[in-house]
Amino acid sequence: MSLLADSTGGETVSARPRHHMVALVVENKAGVLARIAGLFSRRGFNIFSLAVAPTEDARFSRVSIVVDVESAPLQQILDQLDKLVNVVHISELHPDAAHEAELLLITVSAREEDRPALEAAIAHHGARLLEANERAVTALLAGDPAALDSFEEAVRPYGIVELQRTGRIALRKLGAAGDAP
Amino acid sequence: MELTGAQALIKSLEAQGVEVLFGLPGGAILPVYDPIIDSSIRHVLVRHEQGAGHAAEGYAQVTGRAGVAMVTSGPGATNVVTPLADAMMDSIPLVVITGQVASASIGTDAFQEVDTRGITMGVTKHNYLVTSADDISDVVAEAFHLATTGRPGPVLIDFPKDVANARTTWREPGPVDLPGYAPPSVPESAAVQAAAELIAAARRPVIYAGGGILKANATAALHRFVNLTGIPVVTTLMGRGAFPESDPRWLGMPGMHGSYTAVTAMQQADLLVALGTRFDDRVTGRVDAFAPRAKVIHVDIDRAELGKVRRPDVPMAADCRAAIDALCDALAPLGLGAERLAQWIATLEAWRERFPLTYDRDSGTGAVPGTVKPQFVLEELRRLTPPETVLVSGVGQHQMWAAQFWRFEEPRSWVNSGGLGTMGFAVPAALGAKVGRPDKMVWAVDGDGCFQMTAQELVTASAERIPVKVAILNNAYLGMVRQWQHMFYAERYSEVYLSPDLPDYVRWAEAMGCVAFRVSTPEEVEPTIEKANEVDDRPVVIDFRIDSMEQVYPMVPAGASNDDIVVHPSQSGLAR
Repeated sequence: MSLLADSTGGETVSARPRHHMVALVVENKAGVLARIAGLFSRRGFNIFSLAVAPTEDARFSRVSIVVDVESAPLQQILDQLDKLVNVVHISELHPDAAHEAELLLITVSAREEDRPALEAAIAHHGARLLEANERAVTALLAGDPAALDSFEEAVRPYGIVELQRTGRIALRKLGAAGDAP
Repeated sequence: MELTGAQALIKSLEAQGVEVLFGLPGGAILPVYDPIIDSSIRHVLVRHEQGAGHAAEGYAQVTGRAGVAMVTSGPGATNVVTPLADAMMDSIPLVVITGQVASASIGTDAFQEVDTRGITMGVTKHNYLVTSADDISDVVAEAFHLATTGRPGPVLIDFPKDVANARTTWREPGPVDLPGYAPPSVPESAAVQAAAELIAAARRPVIYAGGGILKANATAALHRFVNLTGIPVVTTLMGRGAFPESDPRWLGMPGMHGSYTAVTAMQQADLLVALGTRFDDRVTGRVDAFAPRAKVIHVDIDRAELGKVRRPDVPMAADCRAAIDALCDALAPLGLGAERLAQWIATLEAWRERFPLTYDRDSGTGAVPGTVKPQFVLEELRRLTPPETVLVSGVGQHQMWAAQFWRFEEPRSWVNSGGLGTMGFAVPAALGAKVGRPDKMVWAVDGDGCFQMTAQELVTASAERIPVKVAILNNAYLGMVRQWQHMFYAERYSEVYLSPDLPDYVRWAEAMGCVAFRVSTPEEVEPTIEKANEVDDRPVVIDFRIDSMEQVYPMVPAGASNDDIVVHPSQSGLAR
């Protein structure tokens, strides 16, 4: 699972049609993440990204999984996940019906002569400069995954030293069809 | 009422109506073994933890209730993993309790510590690690609820020693609170209507009935459905007994070693009514060539089975009995006439007449004249035992011969390892079946390879006075592997020879407290079975020396289309 390798193909990762956002509400019990990960592993399903954290209700956590659907039909993945006793609710969130967000931290090489252009790119994409020294800068960008892709591509020519993305999270849009958990 | 966690566990099992535990104690589970002395629950002390799990499976299969096994931590837990996987594959309700090291020691590589919950996640319907003695009654109630409802399966409770020793106050379990668990029950009426239309329109329909019929207690509903529609039935390996096999509308078992008529009926069908079955690869053969012209109605209580292998035209996530009842109600007013299927039934009859299950009764290729044919043993056993006899088998050639040459008239009279194919299943499962149904005669048909894996449970059977009967079909080979090497590896027999005499099965069985016989000629078959049938106070073993080169026919080679079914050599020239 390499975001960098995928991105260098010129393809924006978040726009690939075989990726689907699966939103789960799970009971906040020990081992739940292992059950989900184990299910993906033994059924040969692929996780592209995964984000998990407690919700406003301490009994439940929300899990956002971007699944790679080339490996199995999406419905089969949903049905198998739904069989996990600790999975309380499961739905696929279509990009048009959901707010999606992701967080990116990136450290980029910054030679003296590149610095003005690099800082302009950071400002242009609405990223925040966290730290800079004579060799590199570190920036943060939160927002739409496609905007993160575009920022990542814009600074790539300067040389990415390190990068961490959180994976997508999503909530259903107000008024969007489907049963809200 | 103040009590220990261990006492609360036993009390919780009693509250669930548990009548028997199959188990073997050890360090971490020691506290739980103390209150067993004072409990109404019978404990059967097995000789290996795998035996405890399979015995609980056999018990569950014949009674329809959850089987319960209890073992210690570490190796006790890992030894029970195979039965858990077996029960998961065949949807058998089990509750397995494993001891665990004390909570404070978890994660320290303590003596006899393994990550039981982690290891068993993939082979259980759900599992628990109990963290507080106050939770015990709720956890046990949830475990039994999960094991026995929806698609049944194994549930494991890992029970740390400090939790067993902790003091708690007894309270009755609250209502089961599982917000993520709601198995479907009744089918959607639109699906019922769509299915009824397909059924009414079909001219070459087949009912493809699986183990789900038995789990849903839907045999009577199935019978009504067949009476109403006249549609012929195939029953899978796990579904045997779901439909009486003396009924002319029963076509046999489908699959790799199914009957020609059952296999070919599905291939030629224009509609499959799949009820509680999962399109297993041993049934479908090559999936893209399976029943190519058939529309599919698929009923299963596990929604994930609908479309997992074959996309159904009408999927119905529902309890089998509720779905069949709904279909009957929708179809009854239509008054389906029998003549609509007359041509199809005639075709099936012709196949059945031309391609019956058969074997060389005298001397097949390579057979020594006078050797005992395994199929003959099965036919004689069927003839000489009561109709309601429970038959249990291991895995391999003997299992397929048993499935082919036995006739099941009643539900829950056939116990075997279908999905996982667990060699060594028969002896402990037969023991459990006999405990569950002491009123019935229980025969295990086993292979010599299988028998050597779990025979020690006959010591358990002798010690506990559980009079099971075991027919070893001793061909001195790992027979099914040898058959594949014969057919697909140019008769290069690699590591499959076992010897008929090592061990000496008669002396071994006698050493384990059994009555034992050896049968070497066809003439001895009947009198020896009759002698075995008369023994009712201890286990009996018959070492049947069978023709070692006998093959299982028909056979669909692995990965081949069911159209390429290989029939018995005596039938291979016949027009299909």
